[in-house]
Amino acid sequence: MYRLLTLASQVVLAAGEEGAAEGGHEAEGGHEAIVPGITDGPLVEWAWLIVVVPIIAVFIILFWGKKLPFKGWEVAEGALGFVALYGTVLMYFNATQGIVYEGAIEIARIGDYHLEWGWMVDGLSIMMYFLVGVVGLLVFTYAKGYMKGDVRFTWFFVSFSLFAGGMLVLVAAPNLIQLIVGWELVGVSSYLLIAHYWEDFANVDAGNKAFMVNKVADAGLFLGAIIMAVSVGSFNFADIIDVVVHGEEGMLSQYAFWTGLLIFIGAMGKSAQFPLHVWLPDAMAGPTPVSALMHAATMVTAGVYLLGRLFPFYIDEAGIFGGDVRDIIIVIGGLTLFLTGFIAIVQDDIKKVLAYSTVSQLGYMVAAMGAGAYTAGLFHLFTHAFFKALLFLAAGSVIHAVHSNNMSDMGGLRKKMPITFWTFIAGTLALIGIFPFAGFFSKDEILASMKYSGQHGQDVANFILILGIAGAFITAFYMTRAVALTFFGEYKGHATPHESPKMMAYPLIGLGFFAVTAGWINFPGVYTGFTTWLATRVPLTGMGDHHADGLDWALVLIVTPTVLAGVAIGWWLYGKDKATQAERDTFRIPVLWPLFENLYYIDDFYMNGIVRPTMGPIARIVLWWDMNVIDGIVNVVGAGSLGVAKVVRTVDSNVVDGLYNEIGAGVDGLGSSLRRSFTGRIQQYAAFSFIGVVVIAVLFIIL
Amino acid sequence: MTIVQFLIVGAALFSMGLYGVITRKNAVLLLASVELMLAGVNVNMVAFDVYLTDQLHSGQIFTLFIIAIAAAEVGIGIAIILMIFRNRQSADVDELNLMKG
Repeated sequence: MYRLLTLASQVVLAAGEEGAAEGGHEAEGGHEAIVPGITDGPLVEWAWLIVVVPIIAVFIILFWGKKLPFKGWEVAEGALGFVALYGTVLMYFNATQGIVYEGAIEIARIGDYHLEWGWMVDGLSIMMYFLVGVVGLLVFTYAKGYMKGDVRFTWFFVSFSLFAGGMLVLVAAPNLIQLIVGWELVGVSSYLLIAHYWEDFANVDAGNKAFMVNKVADAGLFLGAIIMAVSVGSFNFADIIDVVVHGEEGMLSQYAFWTGLLIFIGAMGKSAQFPLHVWLPDAMAGPTPVSALMHAATMVTAGVYLLGRLFPFYIDEAGIFGGDVRDIIIVIGGLTLFLTGFIAIVQDDIKKVLAYSTVSQLGYMVAAMGAGAYTAGLFHLFTHAFFKALLFLAAGSVIHAVHSNNMSDMGGLRKKMPITFWTFIAGTLALIGIFPFAGFFSKDEILASMKYSGQHGQDVANFILILGIAGAFITAFYMTRAVALTFFGEYKGHATPHESPKMMAYPLIGLGFFAVTAGWINFPGVYTGFTTWLATRVPLTGMGDHHADGLDWALVLIVTPTVLAGVAIGWWLYGKDKATQAERDTFRIPVLWPLFENLYYIDDFYMNGIVRPTMGPIARIVLWWDMNVIDGIVNVVGAGSLGVAKVVRTVDSNVVDGLYNEIGAGVDGLGSSLRRSFTGRIQQYAAFSFIGVVVIAVLFIIL
Repeated sequence: MTIVQFLIVGAALFSMGLYGVITRKNAVLLLASVELMLAGVNVNMVAFDVYLTDQLHSGQIFTLFIIAIAAAEVGIGIAIILMIFRNRQSADVDELNLMKG
């Protein structure tokens, strides 16, 4: 019933080494000796609370939220506060001692497959608990101010808690089934949140789009997960990775390429990779806190997280698994980071600028995974979560003040909203990667690991490295444009802007702190704790991580001037104040700009190439088929059933009923005739008994 | 003395009893005839017991049982007949046909 196992010991066995788990930690990351009770005691055994508390909060808010003094917000905030606290404690102990734990409860058994509900507590999961908890807590705090007066305030926090809870289910999953459950919980709650303002049909459309695009990708994930589970014989990541680490030839290695590709397609959907990125910018239709959380800690990180969870499969040290898929992953990631960055340049909606920026940064993460840089990809995920949440919340603060999403209605907000301005600047510097802000370290590490992979046999990585450096330039360019158009010049809008209330301003400061400092946990040459925290996932075999040990000064000397050039050109083009915002935003390059404005016609292609043909002729054929063939079959079957029923009724009332009546009458007649033999005369009975005895005696004698 | 003589006596007693049971109308006589049949059976039992030199004398013991049970049977039978006679002023078994089907 209650099975607990520590992954560490399993991996120790897998590696076939004599040493205990502690030895592994020391060998890998120089951790201190494990203190009993921390890494395998109540702290990790009760870590399931991280998942359960937000889910319980969902139901409390749903049933009693409206009666509470803050209409359910305090429950959501409390749940996220708990997760943040627990995550921080786990993060601390993981950093100091290293935690690798897997708890599970068996909930069903189907043949040889054990369905388990479990909770992973290892470097990767702890990082996600911490991210979801801390970013979620700050975003929830902010959301109270932002959503004030909303008609569906309580319902918003129901979906929002479910969103965070679903993500925690996903990252706690020790097997593919639970991962898919969390995956879909995140999907459905994102649908609810994007379409939160459903009075406007466009928002409903955006919600549908997000849901459908994700479903297309999910089909890939399901198929991949099923193939993987069937070929390994287990849904557990531990078992799958065990097979991979041993390099066992078998069904998994036979179908490795397609399995890896299908699972990557699933990751492409959630992590919005080109060409399935189309849903993410449209998801801006939801309230800004939703965008902040969705683009930072939850939802879009799920795909990168999945690649990280199955990383040994993709790094493929045995050379028989998903190693080939990595070339596809890095190309998709490279294309995403490069192409979607351009779209951000031409957007007027400040949230869409940030949305395309997110897609672009996700491209970096995925490309890093493709380059085999586990630590770099997840490090960027970690830092990006903070500064992108910050940027979205700051943008939300601006939108709250000027009552418009469009930068053409803004300008000159620097003086009027100082907190928002300075935190937005901090987020921007972190995003474009200026020393010593968070993005500098993570982006540098990604580029360094691409360079490393390029020099170690993955030729395509060299090309993607160039795209990555170009992407850094583009990022700097569009962020400078956004900052210039929003905060500099004179105010051109209509509403009276004002600094946001404290409830919204404080989370900005909190995230600003992380945007500055989050990168320092992996400061090459000074402190590289992040690498070892994550590496505890597979302590002895290592991750095969393509990880640079120090700062690559050659790259820094290329990238930082490139970024500064992007800032300078952006400032030169957009920094000057003009009479209107439209005049400031007139820089265009023919052919290219219309292409970006039309989003490379991908959305049009989907609409005209896939959706409309499906809805048009195919729908008509289906309708005809339905009306004539299916309905015809149904009618024939119906009429046939009616005829059969009539025959059956005739048979029943005549033959069957008649038969029973006849039997009844026969028994009745027999009884009437037999009763005459009962004369009531005992002497007759005695005589008959004697005759019977005589007959029996005679028979005995004869026979 | 051979066993045949005893068996003849037993058969005669049994036959007389049977005749009485079938022909008598009076319930008391009927009961007496049943006793005669039992007596015939008892004679047979004792005769075979001696003839077969049974060490355990189960034939004789069984006879004692039969006599005891017959006594009880007669007690109950007479009581029933008395009650019938008291209700109907008759003990004629031909009139006792309430069980006629």
